[in-house]
Amino acid sequence: MSNWPILSVLIWLPCAGAILVLLAGNARPRLARWLTMAFTVITFALSLVMLSEYQAGPGGFQLQEMARWIPGINSSYHLGVDGIAVALIVLTTFTSILVIGGAWQVIKDKVHQYMAAMLVLEGLLIGVFAVMDALLFYLFFEAILIPMFFLIGVWGGPRRVYATLKFFIYTFFGSIFFLIGLLYLYHKAGTFDLPTLWALPLTFKEQAWLFFSFLIAFAIKTPMVPVHTWLPDAHVEAPTGGSVILAAIMLKVGTYGFIRFSLPILPDASEYFAWLVIVLSLIAIIYIGYVALVQPDMKKLVAYSSIAHMGFVTLGLFIVYMLARQQHDVQMAELGVQGAVVQMISHGFVSGALFTCIGVMYDRLHTREIAAYGGLAKVMPWFAAFWVLFAMANCGLPFTSGFVGEFMVILSSFTANPWIALFAAYSLIIGAGYTLYLIKRIVWGTTPTKEAAAMPEINTREGLVLGAFAVAVLAMGVYPWPLMHLMDSSVSQLVTHLLTSKLG
Amino acid sequence: MITINDLLVMLPELYLTAAACLVLLFDVFIRDEQRDATHWVAIIVMLVGIFLVIHGQPDMTVTAFGGMFVRDHMAEILKVTVLIATILMFVIARPWLRDRKLFIGEFYSLSMFSVLGVMLLVSAGNLITVYLGLELFALPAYALVALNRESKLSFEAAIKFFVLGSLASGLMLFGMSLIYGATGTLDLHGIFAAVGTTTHLHLLQFGLVFLVVGIGFEFGAVPFHMWLPDVYEGAPTPIAMYISAVPKLAAIGLAYRLLEVGLGPLAGDWRMMLAIMAALSLVVGNVVAIAQKNFKRMLAYSTISHMGFVFLGLSNPTPEGYASALFYAVCFALMETVAFGVILALARKGFECEMIDDLKGLNRRSPWFAGMMAIAMFSLAGIPPLWGFMAKVLVLKAAIDGGMLWLAIVAIICSIIGLFYYLRVIWVMYFEQPVEGAGALEAKPDLALRGVLSINALGLVAMIFFSGPLFAWCQAAFGA
Repeated sequence: MSNWPILSVLIWLPCAGAILVLLAGNARPRLARWLTMAFTVITFALSLVMLSEYQAGPGGFQLQEMARWIPGINSSYHLGVDGIAVALIVLTTFTSILVIGGAWQVIKDKVHQYMAAMLVLEGLLIGVFAVMDALLFYLFFEAILIPMFFLIGVWGGPRRVYATLKFFIYTFFGSIFFLIGLLYLYHKAGTFDLPTLWALPLTFKEQAWLFFSFLIAFAIKTPMVPVHTWLPDAHVEAPTGGSVILAAIMLKVGTYGFIRFSLPILPDASEYFAWLVIVLSLIAIIYIGYVALVQPDMKKLVAYSSIAHMGFVTLGLFIVYMLARQQHDVQMAELGVQGAVVQMISHGFVSGALFTCIGVMYDRLHTREIAAYGGLAKVMPWFAAFWVLFAMANCGLPFTSGFVGEFMVILSSFTANPWIALFAAYSLIIGAGYTLYLIKRIVWGTTPTKEAAAMPEINTREGLVLGAFAVAVLAMGVYPWPLMHLMDSSVSQLVTHLLTSKLG
Repeated sequence: MITINDLLVMLPELYLTAAACLVLLFDVFIRDEQRDATHWVAIIVMLVGIFLVIHGQPDMTVTAFGGMFVRDHMAEILKVTVLIATILMFVIARPWLRDRKLFIGEFYSLSMFSVLGVMLLVSAGNLITVYLGLELFALPAYALVALNRESKLSFEAAIKFFVLGSLASGLMLFGMSLIYGATGTLDLHGIFAAVGTTTHLHLLQFGLVFLVVGIGFEFGAVPFHMWLPDVYEGAPTPIAMYISAVPKLAAIGLAYRLLEVGLGPLAGDWRMMLAIMAALSLVVGNVVAIAQKNFKRMLAYSTISHMGFVFLGLSNPTPEGYASALFYAVCFALMETVAFGVILALARKGFECEMIDDLKGLNRRSPWFAGMMAIAMFSLAGIPPLWGFMAKVLVLKAAIDGGMLWLAIVAIICSIIGLFYYLRVIWVMYFEQPVEGAGALEAKPDLALRGVLSINALGLVAMIFFSGPLFAWCQAAFGA
């Protein structure tokens, strides 16, 4: 339609905003807040423009931009989005507004730096989803660590230094192997352009090595068992906004990496090692579910529940090979991938909402201990209603967004192998177990202390933020068709792609 | 026969020789209060030097004095970077020197003579010119390290630097004599041609080993790194900044001239030596840096590890490999100026800001300087989107293309280890509270310093957009 570089604007506008906000200085927190809000709202509006310009029918990569970057190594500034990326970008811009709203009065120290870090983070995350050049992807993928490092380290809880270092070094450890893998791919292909890499023939041995170098990076970022241990620490120590961004968007970067790199570039190795990822996903779904059950700390509980839910995403992505290559059921395979992506989006809303709820409680009592709370239904009835709604979504109750993705993944895995489906479906029980048990302890029952009984009801700002999350969760649950339609062609193109052998 | 053309080719060097002498004379005739005049004259001299280097640069490689002196694009890039780094040092060092009563004219003239040595060295076409340049660079540098005559630490560092430096040049000279013995010529192109026909291959290889030792010393690569931490710690901080940036650039020129232009046919022999030195530097530098409490010593060990990365590029003896190593060295020099620049800006009379703990809570006291230091640290650690990341990608790519995948993997594992001590500096600045009272970190009001340092630091970020042209320039320098 129009020719203006909307993706570039989406990436760089928040970054430019960050500079302005930094210039506002420490002395003018009000200005910093409003500027940040203005920039996130404009970015969200622009992302809606992008959504309207993207034509879901033909699918493929649209709104492409291409500019010279480093011609010496054939790496260019190549942007483009398909339906999956569009959905994730809108998720990012939407969540960013709510995060800024959630942190409005909560962050009091160095407001301008906090807001600037959030804006940079938003820009970089949009960048991750919008690039079509491997080196540029790596650049954004890795640069995310910097603002997150500061968010946890400066505004975090008591053990923040430990948590942020662990987070940074852990994820850096993974992604540096990804970089070596990319450089090896460059050595073979002579370019970093993704469409060329998708068509690159590779021997099985090369694919296998590359598969593991990619797997380390994406498994840590997702995170998958057994490399998930950084996540609970990071979540617990991060400020509310940091937790929301981390859970809602940053975890998706890992699974997005599987979609863009592991599956299409290395389909044969992915098929061969699919069992490994499926087993790890099932362990995440069941074992981590049990771990979540015994957590005394709310944030840890939701963090573990995130890991379990991300297990569904990786399961949905890797079940494709069992369905399509072994059973020739391409339609089911597409359903699995679609379920995985829907689960990514849905988990973004649900976990973001849950962490916001915990933040609201933390602001009042300054503890994350579940035992410190109780009887919210009497003390804060509105808030309790939101809590219950998001908890239901987390269990995967029909008519909430959580149901759609999980159902699609379970359905497709049932076709692949009923045993896998049995284990996956088991998570619905454990999920309901730990979520309802949490609800029982904090929403119902009696208030344990006088302070807990005197908690003020949520104010308008908090109500608006939670309300927006609630609308998104319900809308996706009741009427998921627009989202499915948005990425329908992209998913089937992806599945066709990953069914083509790249051996050679 | 010296022609006018020879002189024109050497114009920047001749100009700098004359200008350095004039600055020396000029300084004699002014009073101590007017020392600022020397300062600005020295900076203008260097700026004109940059202009002469770039403006007079012919498209093709030209030689002068029968091949003794070579003017090519590699030399151009190195000279420009060295001059820029020296200007940065001049601007950043002034308040520091003044506070310590070291604001003297010798600082400027010695630095200029040293720079002249580097310029001669990177343009050498003959073993004699190589040696001449090396000594002309090193002798003023020894004196600069001892600039603070009162300080025992400084004096000790100078003696260490001098003794080990002399040893290294002695070894190098010995190697050169062996090569001369094997090939019968001192001209680098002549040596290149003679390598294929010589009957004294073992003698040649023996000489090569000594040259590699000299080069290793110049870079500060393990196992020839012992001088580096002591010199960094003992030298006045501006001089440490100079030693951290300029000799590494000189060493790139030295390595290229000797190993590629002169002994290119022996690449099969020296690549592996460089690769082993690279692996050792990466491991030793990164691991030992973790234990350091002194910021300058930490930077010294970090320098050692970075030299490992430069060797990663050199170990792939193709134009691409050299270009990546050159790119890395340029990037490294300009990262070091920021890291040293910030501690220079924070130091005051009676407070050196040398320990890592001195930076505690810097973000609360002066966020701008904390930000610049954070940029420098992230860049040194190789985190995108900073310049250091691009440099790392290019040398890693060069190593992989050169079939040294194992070395690339060693390098990345070491960079994970290295990440820790860079992050520690950032966490001390951002996540900890400032120490009250003594050593309160207030930034200096010197505008020139602030401006130059800010441009330098923001450049590390902006280079992500300009890495393409710079790398193309580096590639062109080696005819890729």
